[in-house]
Amino acid sequence: MSRLMDFYRSPMAKKMVMAVSGVMLFGFVVGHMLGNAKMYLGEHAFNEYAEGLRSLGEPFVPHGQLLWVARIGLLVAVLLHIWSAWQLTLLNRRARPVSYAKKKTTQATYASRTMRWGGVIILAFVIYHLMHLTFGSVHPNFDATNPFHNVVSGFQNVWVSLFYIVANIALAFHLYHGLWSMFQSLGLDHPSYKGLRRPFAALFATLVTVGNISFPLAVLAGVVKLS
Amino acid sequence: MKVTLNVWRQEGPHREGRMVRYENVDVDPHMSFLEMLDQLNERLILQGEEAIAFDHDCREGICGACGVMIDGQAHGPLPETTTCQLHMRQFKDGDEIHIEPWRAGAFPVVKDLVVDRSAFDRVIQAGGFISVNTGSAPDANLVPVEKKIADSAMDAATCIGCGACVAQCPNGAAQLFTSAKVAHLGMLPQGQPERWGRAAGMVGQMEEESFGSCTNFTECEAVCPKGISVDFIAQMNRDFLKAKLRSS
Repeated sequence: MSRLMDFYRSPMAKKMVMAVSGVMLFGFVVGHMLGNAKMYLGEHAFNEYAEGLRSLGEPFVPHGQLLWVARIGLLVAVLLHIWSAWQLTLLNRRARPVSYAKKKTTQATYASRTMRWGGVIILAFVIYHLMHLTFGSVHPNFDATNPFHNVVSGFQNVWVSLFYIVANIALAFHLYHGLWSMFQSLGLDHPSYKGLRRPFAALFATLVTVGNISFPLAVLAGVVKLS
Repeated sequence: MKVTLNVWRQEGPHREGRMVRYENVDVDPHMSFLEMLDQLNERLILQGEEAIAFDHDCREGICGACGVMIDGQAHGPLPETTTCQLHMRQFKDGDEIHIEPWRAGAFPVVKDLVVDRSAFDRVIQAGGFISVNTGSAPDANLVPVEKKIADSAMDAATCIGCGACVAQCPNGAAQLFTSAKVAHLGMLPQGQPERWGRAAGMVGQMEEESFGSCTNFTECEAVCPKGISVDFIAQMNRDFLKAKLRSS
């Protein structure tokens, strides 16, 4: 344990922690998007999927337990991701005590330059999203027994949908730079697939975001509606 | 042609500095950037003012001594070009040019445009060498090296340690420099015995210095006068991780 803490003291190790926790969260957003795509199959399929998440692992584990294991795992990943980002940001601020009177950006992508604030937007969104569709505390007519109803009636508000769309665009940029960076930070650059790292990052960032944005748009367009 | 310069002036390490404006500086388009500064210094000395201090040595683009931020870009606007190899023909008559020293916590300003880059020396001392007993030179090609590896090691070895990577990096990180030095020896057969100690030692020293941490902006690669690729950073990360796993 002390050896692990010693390793974590190194900023390069913090980058590796960011990469590994980022991969876990990336796996989650991909699964989350694919799962939610069930809404295109109708109310029954969607609610069955939501219930399925709770009955995961039954009868070996009690109802809802495995879901909590996953939630705690994700929470730990989120906390590690934010904590190492915070520490590295402070380190990086200290590394340039006097700023330039004039500074140009040469080839850094927009995505790379917005990682920190993009991350803050995503965090704010995740908190709102949980209060909106998991706890229902900010949902005007939340029905704990009918997730489909909650999603569709929630997205029927244009402003709510707009916030979901904006946050998911921020997520796309974050994922694009994050995925590519993950390969760099973990030293995964084998010559035979090195050239595929950026296309991979772009593809998955686009897939996740297009999928996610399609949900509020489908509700607003009336493609997915309450029966 | 005439240009206007805004130059950072600072009398000493712990003194307040400021940007000073020099108007109507006469330049010949064929002058190098450093010759332009030389000429301005002659004018300043004649006026009884203190000359602008700046680092330079070979003026052939191979020593790594020179280097200033020119209009917010390390070594100026030309790719793969050191400050000494930049010529005034790259600028237009009437241009206003900003000249600042490298800005990094690890590179404190000594005077005007001169910074102390000894942090780089300490990184090298922490493993940027191979331990060979001196004696007569070994026969050439005694140790075969695969062509691909020799080329890649040579690419890394072209690093002149100028510090442009740190200066340009929004985080003031030294990953490109350190990775080039780790990779250049770490890839060759002669570098194998000390490979893991080198990676852990040089990264450890880099992190001891006041450098920031890499966020993969790749700004360093764009301004590197030797065009060193950020691929070496991934390679260093891998070697560092392997070194840590081996030692535990």
